[in-house]
Amino acid sequence: MKKLITSGIAATALSLPTLAAAQEAVSFDQKVNDIFAGSTGWFVNLIFMNLPGTNFPWIVMWLVVAASIFTVYFGFIQIKAFGHAISLVKGDYSDPNDAGEVSHFQALTTALSGTVGLGNIAGVAVAVGIGGPGATFWMIVAGLLGMASKFTECTLGVNYRNEYPDGTVSGGPMYYMVKGFKERNLPGGRFLAIVFAIFTIGGALGGGNMFQANQAHAQITQITGDFSGVITGVIFAVIVFAVIVGGIKSIANVTEKVVPFMGVLYVVAALMVLIVNYDQIGWAFGQIFEGAFTGLGVAGGFVGALIQGFKRAAFSNEAGVGSAAIAHSAVRTKEPVTEGVVSLLEPFIDTVVICTMTALVITISGVLVVDPATGLYVLNEAGTAIQTADGSSGVALTSAAFATGFSWFPYVLAIAVVLFAFSTMISWSYYGLKAWTYLFGEGKTTELVFKLIFCFFIIVGAAAQLGAVIDFSDAMIFAMAVVNITALYFLMPIVKREMNSYFSRLKSGEIVKHKH
Amino acid sequence: MSQTTLIVGLDGSDAGKRALDFAKTRAKLIGDCRILLVYVIEWSPFSFQTAEENEKRHARREEELNLAHERVVGPAVQQAEAEGCTVEGIVKHGDVADILESLAKTHGASQIVVGRMGERNMKERLFGGVTGRLVAASSVPITVIP
Repeated sequence: MKKLITSGIAATALSLPTLAAAQEAVSFDQKVNDIFAGSTGWFVNLIFMNLPGTNFPWIVMWLVVAASIFTVYFGFIQIKAFGHAISLVKGDYSDPNDAGEVSHFQALTTALSGTVGLGNIAGVAVAVGIGGPGATFWMIVAGLLGMASKFTECTLGVNYRNEYPDGTVSGGPMYYMVKGFKERNLPGGRFLAIVFAIFTIGGALGGGNMFQANQAHAQITQITGDFSGVITGVIFAVIVFAVIVGGIKSIANVTEKVVPFMGVLYVVAALMVLIVNYDQIGWAFGQIFEGAFTGLGVAGGFVGALIQGFKRAAFSNEAGVGSAAIAHSAVRTKEPVTEGVVSLLEPFIDTVVICTMTALVITISGVLVVDPATGLYVLNEAGTAIQTADGSSGVALTSAAFATGFSWFPYVLAIAVVLFAFSTMISWSYYGLKAWTYLFGEGKTTELVFKLIFCFFIIVGAAAQLGAVIDFSDAMIFAMAVVNITALYFLMPIVKREMNSYFSRLKSGEIVKHKH
Repeated sequence: MSQTTLIVGLDGSDAGKRALDFAKTRAKLIGDCRILLVYVIEWSPFSFQTAEENEKRHARREEELNLAHERVVGPAVQQAEAEGCTVEGIVKHGDVADILESLAKTHGASQIVVGRMGERNMKERLFGGVTGRLVAASSVPITVIP
């Protein structure tokens, strides 16, 4: 009987568990979901179209090829400049006379608070749930390669930012597309910038908003029991409204301080689970490496693991997407390359460290059902994902995995998820707003219109089902990457010139550490 | 004989004023003496900020510097000059103890004069206030004015 229930729930592995108690609300949620899925489906299909004759989405190839090209073109900058990046973040090269300006550390943590979050908790669970532990290997590879993409876009972001007479700065792909293309006498910069801005608004509403609201709601219902997503959505919308429209700083300030603490707590908890199960760490890594090349019988096999790993890594660390270039632009530095170097750390912390922790905990905890006879993972009835011990997926799966180590952890995770979701929303509302004002001009009214749309989508996101939301979020974020990486290909010689100049001056002793 | 330099930490409070008065008296007694009036705006490069705060940071910093000069340092410098002292006003962002100490080094100051602040919160009770840390780390004599 228990088995029947388990597999029954597992069949809906990609949808939120729904209970009869909330029947009326569910039907409303269902309506929102249907309208939403119906109106965005065509775009999702276009982005995730397979390469002709294969079952490999072209977009994943696009990201990997770009990251690999940047890695080779910049001479493995992620390895070469890793130590220098840490030195820069510590402030060794900051001019004491610039004290009071945005530091490298602040630019990095601001960008990180936009990326560290649900991608690391829910996204990884989705990847491992569908692609098996092997997806982790490809996620780490994608994270390491993505460091070079991040370096490229953030260097350009600082290099071509706008500095206004009132002392504020605006930067990001829109600006380097226009100014960089002009500098190289290339046509189409303005066109790319406009298309990028449109997708950024979509990404802000999707991955930066609906996905967050959706998973925050899923996490809350894990603890309270099921209720309509509209309620969570409205509450979230009101709080976000208070911050971005009402300018209530105190809420944002609290999250900015609690989120890093939560991030550290998450990693520590993951380490504890790993230490408790230390005898299985070797086995887990074995699963990760073996699964990376064989798939261990999961849906889609080896290619499935690879696609899931790359997809979730890109969604989590946003390398090549262009969002980080907006966040990193505010730093005060005379050398744009320094910010590019600092941004290398972002995919490293986000993907190579935090995502890997989640993946290891899920693998080790035994929440993925293994057939004792064959040693392979058991698929759910629909054959779309690995069957899990309690039929959960996404953030609920991560929660269940951590609960095997600490029974109280789901409560902490729930708070962490809500806070991460919130800080990611605030970050993306800013990215979206920058794109919006780029298209429609600065001004109180135009800004207010975007902020209201943003708040409305929180409600839609909390009410819709995970499948539809995740598809749309992925599609929009990847659409940004299509435009951004196109521009990066044309502008990478500029980055190389800057990079060579900077590192030769560093070597010759022209750039020195400041004494503090 | 070379000029003597005294550093005075100002914070806009009465304690700061008393520190300055003390330094002025010493400076007159010494004769060839310069007073550096230092106002530090508490700031850490390792704090967490939102993207919006980062965007406006440069403008805010200018504002903070101007305000400090206008409200605190400027008037104090004017008054001291009127009394016949050689003074220079400095406004910086950072940690008070660190900045006073590093200025003392770069300007070859012979001592630092600060007003005593009552211990204000839990953190200061645990880790010691500005004055305490300054005393612990300084390379020149410190005078704390009650």
